[in-house]
Parts: sequence; C-alpha cells; structure tokens
Amino acid sequence: MNTLLTTGVPSAQDIAGVTPPDERRKRGPYATIECFQPIPCDPCHHSCRFGAIQEFEDINDIPKIDWSKCTGCAVCVAACPGLAIFVVDETYGEEECLIAIPYEFVPLPEKGQPVRLTDRAGIVVGDGTVQRVVSGRKPAGTSVVWVSAPKRLATVVRGFIPRKED
Amino acid sequence: MSVRKTELAIVGAGPAGICAALEAASHGVKTTVIDRGEELGGQLIKQTHKFFGWHKKSAGTRGILIAKKLSEDVRNSENITVLNSTEALGYYDDGTLLVETPQGIDRVIGDRMIVATGASERMILFPGNDLPGVYGAGAVQTLMNAHGVRPGQSVLMIGSGNIGLIVSYQLLQAGVRVEAVVEAMPTIGGYAVHASKIRRLGVPILTRHTIKEAYGKDQVEGAIIWELDDSWNGIPGTEKDLKVDVICLAVGLSPLAELLWQCGAEMAYIPELGGFVPLYDENMETTRKGVFVAGDVAGIEEASTAMAAGRLAGLSAARSLGKVPDDEYAKLKAEILAELEGLRSGPASAKIRSGLAKMREMLQAVQAKELAGGEPRPQGVRGERDCAGSNSEEAVGA
Repeated sequence: MNTLLTTGVPSAQDIAGVTPPDERRKRGPYATIECFQPIPCDPCHHSCRFGAIQEFEDINDIPKIDWSKCTGCAVCVAACPGLAIFVVDETYGEEECLIAIPYEFVPLPEKGQPVRLTDRAGIVVGDGTVQRVVSGRKPAGTSVVWVSAPKRLATVVRGFIPRKED
Repeated sequence: MSVRKTELAIVGAGPAGICAALEAASHGVKTTVIDRGEELGGQLIKQTHKFFGWHKKSAGTRGILIAKKLSEDVRNSENITVLNSTEALGYYDDGTLLVETPQGIDRVIGDRMIVATGASERMILFPGNDLPGVYGAGAVQTLMNAHGVRPGQSVLMIGSGNIGLIVSYQLLQAGVRVEAVVEAMPTIGGYAVHASKIRRLGVPILTRHTIKEAYGKDQVEGAIIWELDDSWNGIPGTEKDLKVDVICLAVGLSPLAELLWQCGAEMAYIPELGGFVPLYDENMETTRKGVFVAGDVAGIEEASTAMAAGRLAGLSAARSLGKVPDDEYAKLKAEILAELEGLRSGPASAKIRSGLAKMREMLQAVQAKELAGGEPRPQGVRGERDCAGSNSEEAVGA
C-alpha cells in the first residue's frame, strides 16, 4: 500500500530512495528531496547554483540530485514551493546532527530556542535546539530553520514545535 | 443607462481573465474587464501559498503576489478599462452584456467576449449542514487571508484535494487547529507534497472517511465522522466524535457557466472537467463565434493553466479582431500550447486530459454536423436551453 497517497506520510522505501549512501552522509551536509509524485514544478533545479539538482527534461519529472555536487547550502529548501526539501548534516557533532527545515509560521523562532522535534506524521520524537534561522526573502519567501537533533533521528525529524524558554 | 462599447469584453478578472486582458491589450485591443470583486485577481488574492509550475513563469511565487503584479500591469495598460464591483447579469442576443455597477445598471457591448467567470464551490448533504460554522473552503480563505478573520478555533476539513490541503495549511498558519481532513476516496486527491506538509504538522488525513453529521444547538459544536466501505456506505461502529466549531467543505468546484448558456454556446456534461462546460477549439473559441473562454469555467484546473489559457484566449480574440499577423499568432500560440501541454502532461492531470479529449470529440461531432448541412449556428441565436433573465428586450429597456 502506498502510504504517501493514503496518509500523506511517505513509506520507508520512499525515504530510502532519497537518502544518500552512508559514505556521502559521513562527508557533510546534503539535501534530501522528498518529492515522490510527478507534478509540474521545476524551481528546485533553477535554485541550485552548483548544478546538483539536474535539469528537467519534462516539467513533471521528479527532481534528481547529484550528491557529489550538493554542498548542503539549503537554498533549494527555501525555493521548493512544496516545502519538500530538507538538508541534513550528520557531521555536525559527536552526538548531534543538524537539520534544515522550511518554515512558514510566525513568529520565527530564535537561535538557541528549545524545540520539540517531530517526524513526518507530526509525532514528537525528541528534543532539539534552534541553531540558525535564515529569514525568507522579502516580501514573502520561505524561512529556513536549522535545528540540532540527536544523530539517530537524522532521517526521522522533519519538523519541530517551538517551546517557550523557561 | 449608458452603453459602453468596447472591442473586447472580458467577464471575470481572476488569473484567466486578467491574463487574457493583458495579452489582448498588448496587441492594441481596447479591452473592458468586468469583475464583481473590489480587487482584481479573483481567487489569487487569498492564495498565500507558493505556486508550482515553471520557474520562468510564476512558480515559487505566492498567489497574492501574482495578483498584485497582474493588477499593476492592468493599471499600467492604457488599453484596459476595469469595471470592478460590477456583476455581469446576463448576455443578450444582440451581443449586449447587462452589468450592475455600483452606480446602477449599464450595458457593455463588445465586438468579442471572453468568459472567464471561474467556478463555484460544491456542497454535500449531511444532517446539520445548515448550521452556522459550516463553510466553503473559499469562504474560509476569504475570511482569513483577505480580511484577517479566523473562522473559529478548531476545524474539520472535508476533502483532500489541493484546496482542502492548502486551506488546512493556511488555517494552521493562522493559529487554528485542524482536527482532521477526511476524504471519501481511497487516496488523497491533491498533491502529495501538500498532504505531507500538513501531515508533518500533525493533521491526520483519513481516506475512506466522510462526515456523518454535524451537531450543535445554535452553531456547530462538533462533527461525527465515519469510515466508508467499498460501496461508499458508512460503517456502523467506526464513528468518531470531533469537537470542532468549523466544518470546512472542500469537495470540488463547478464551472460558473450561466453566461455561456445564455450565449447559446454548445455545452456538454463532462465530469472530468467539473460538470457542464463549453465546447471550445484550440483558439479557446466556443461554438458561438466571437465568444471565447478561459480558466475554470472551461474546466476545473489550476491557476497556472488558467493563466496560460487566458493568454491564449486574449491572443485569439486579438487575432480575430485583425490585430495579430498570422505568423506572429502561430508563434505565440504554439508557445502557449506547449506550456499548457507541459502543465497537463503529468499523472496528476490524467483526468483533465481525458476530459479535454472527450470535449474535443464532442466539438468535432458538432462541427461535422454543421458541415454536413445540419443547422448552422448563426450569430444571435441562442442555444436550446432557455435561461431566465435572458429572454426579453423589454427588460433591457426597462
């Protein structure tokens, strides 16, 4: 059963297909494009200044990424109209990874703010901290929030709920 | 009552109508745009999400910003006259469009007309659907995104098409809780990326589920949802009680085609395109010569296709007025058709493609009948369906 189309949550198989090989994961930040359905859309390709997201032959193509060219800059995270791209850095720390998440809510969280980390179904899976906030381009661009998370959750965390500092 | 003569009258200033106007005006056509809204842009003025499509077109831009840009372009065009807050009431045999402006009733007579009236929201039946708190998704969007008013605290969304998914996301952005999205079909109707986006924010999307009833004394206080079996019947024992004060219906759109019926354009019922739609050719012209269509009124689709189809309708109207040389027309038309084909070529557009194929077949059948010496459709003759409000010259003079 295709869980993506029955629940909105991609299957483990879907995720495996957009996660780079282990050796690449150990080398530095990478983008993962969780866009599994052919729809007419191509801004991700045009947003990438390193040519890592391949040119579309057909506007409905599913984006293909060349991880050897991807620097994990996260420009595509803000560009994707479907908010379907994330950047993961598993080299961030001993225990922690860093995940870039597109964010379109106000107020924007601040650096240092603690957050509840959530998975693709919105379920809280752990605690993290906001490490960096890149405001969206004026007048209405998507912001990108980088959160640190336990390393084991690198392929699991795709959202967060800000917590009040107290 | 005054008479406003114009080369091209366009009814509807949504994405299709505005793009049609800009295209026609760019070829020197004196164009009058009629829209009942205060602002130009139709549904775009409340679409706060980023659009898909081509990077070189408006992909990645939010609907509200597209509306702003298009409105500015319209204001900067000396060939376009805008009649806003103005409703088109009816079309008469002599080509008169009766309109109600804030100042009163007027007549608009265009040498050509483009109908870009869009669509209206559908309703579904369930006990309690007349309670205050039951909204169409469009109304919720207008309240929130055009007027800055929250519709309530907690919402049940009915329908997982793109509108249901997008409005759910916008409700969350406005700080409103979305209890669930229910979808009667076995799979989510809209784009997976929209679905994943709200799922990540913790909103359950329940396929094969529908609303059984809404309850509440003076307004919606909750809703009972249940699961559906293979024959679309509710399964007793699967009921869930959701405490919500808003039930938002996003169960599809129907083309707003009354003017086309009045014109006598040949219409056909094509479910894949959303209901009764006009038969139209590759130039967006209906069987009523000089009357063109674009956007949802010609078949329910996305704003990106509406904008491209609008440009094509505007271009074709300009050409039929002798304003576009043949070679330029062929070139521009080919570009727009290629864009439309691209937008419609994915698996998500399979239904649209099959609907359009049916429509073309029906159009060919009508054209073949005319060629074979059947009754021609001279200008000024209405279609078979008689429409209230379109049948008397006296009404115009009154």
